[in-house]
Amino acid sequence: MFQYDFIQNAFAAAGIVAVVSGIVGYFLVMRGQTFAGHALSHIGFAGATGAGLIGLAPLWGLIGFTLAAGIAMGVLSERISNRDVAIGVVLALALGFGLLFLHYYTSFATQATALLFGNVLAVDHGMIATLAVLGVITLVALAAIMRPLIFASLQPELAEAKGVPLRFVSTAFLAVVALAVSECAQIVGVLLVFTLMVGPPAAAQRLTTGLWSGLALAALLALAEAWLGITVAYYTDWPVSFCIACLSALGYFAALAAPAWQTRRRNADHANESA
Amino acid sequence: MNQVELDRVTLTLGERTVLADASLAIRAGEFIGVLGPNGAGKTTLMRAILGLLPPSAGTLRVFGRPPQRGDHSIGYLPQVRTVLPDLRVRGLDFIGASLHGQRWGLPSLTRHDRSMIEATLESVGARDLARRPLSEMSGGERQRLLLAQALIGQPKLLLLDEPLISLDARHQEVAIDVVRKVCRERGITVLFSAHELNQLLGTLDRVLYLGNGRAVLGTVDEVITAPVLSRLYGTDIEVVRAAGHIFVMSRGRDVETSAHQHDHNHGDEHEHHH
Repeated sequence: MFQYDFIQNAFAAAGIVAVVSGIVGYFLVMRGQTFAGHALSHIGFAGATGAGLIGLAPLWGLIGFTLAAGIAMGVLSERISNRDVAIGVVLALALGFGLLFLHYYTSFATQATALLFGNVLAVDHGMIATLAVLGVITLVALAAIMRPLIFASLQPELAEAKGVPLRFVSTAFLAVVALAVSECAQIVGVLLVFTLMVGPPAAAQRLTTGLWSGLALAALLALAEAWLGITVAYYTDWPVSFCIACLSALGYFAALAAPAWQTRRRNADHANESA
Repeated sequence: MNQVELDRVTLTLGERTVLADASLAIRAGEFIGVLGPNGAGKTTLMRAILGLLPPSAGTLRVFGRPPQRGDHSIGYLPQVRTVLPDLRVRGLDFIGASLHGQRWGLPSLTRHDRSMIEATLESVGARDLARRPLSEMSGGERQRLLLAQALIGQPKLLLLDEPLISLDARHQEVAIDVVRKVCRERGITVLFSAHELNQLLGTLDRVLYLGNGRAVLGTVDEVITAPVLSRLYGTDIEVVRAAGHIFVMSRGRDVETSAHQHDHNHGDEHEHHH
């Protein structure tokens, strides 16, 4: 299947995005902010359709809107970002606006499906280059704030006492999430960013207890699920995003079951020893 | 030298005056039990000492100078509110994250950091917690981990905010013993806030009792008396001594026990209206 350019492009783009999504998503899961990530992608939908209306590439509208929303959430943190209801209302409003912009947008149906569910098979070389640059920016920014971010996530009261600027760190992190969401939406669409940003990192956290091993596993799982998803889609003709979503769910539930199985085995060992 | 000195200090949270015109001095190496009803300002006072809340009036001095945020000579164990229950981070990484956690860049643990964490865990009898994930620790084990973390970096002053909450009676005694032993050995000054006076009776040097915007520091015999506590609670208080225990009663009810019960429902917003 690699004789086709579009498959090569899809593998390259999905590879870049999966690694970024897995790593950024690891911290999203650690901080319990997955819903905020989901909301950012929906807000991005309004940005993408709005950009289409004024003749810009959807990606820039996506980035503009998610970045603005991520920074706003960070600045208003105590009042809004951890409140599910407020986020839910804003999220629904953003989707509504997305629909309005689409209404005035000529290529209605194809564009909407691509934005909502992704269209990795239509990625070209220009997009791959853009995704690579964005991916590097995202990871460098994350690396710059990683140490205080982990401290602030695990023990906010102590981090504050030790001089970590909590609000700045959480705002910078949401900006990083906004970039990652924008990239991720190019592959699996705004509705399915969870498949790469939450499924693999959540599975990795079930399976590891170390930070670096967890990050590596999250990135690897996301990469494996993205590439395997494209492969399965190629041979079955099912939509790529559907295949990735299935693999992501499969990975997560398998990881949930694994520790239980380990515990049972350990208990069985104990029982044998004492017998 | 006095480790902590308040000179006519007033602390306010928004509109509310938590502490008004309080003056007191805590000497080096003292073990101070910080007591008082919920909302009396135990946490607020600690945050002021940490440099997180500037006094609205008066002078607060820590180690003879104005408090500095991020002072490495202060170990802090915040009241546990935000430990995510499902967090599969092992103890070593949990404490590691707090080591130089205010610096930018990637987290890293040198061999020296690692051995320091392990030595500190050892000193509170919790060496095995380094390898175990947080989500599998009991309340007592987590508290021990947090205590070890507060002791890292040779602090001169230790602020422990309700370290006994969520521990059963046996683990509470163990926790007090560990703090006493480590701090006596190293000459660390301790502010230990708690709901219950009796468990700390054998350990503390002086009591700091907060209430009604006031603070009284003194020996147990000076502070735990009907007139002083009546002033702090703003209601008639009786002090009953029996079998080596001290009971602080308001109209026949033990105020410490009732504070405990309320705590589960109201957190720290509770105020006494008797």
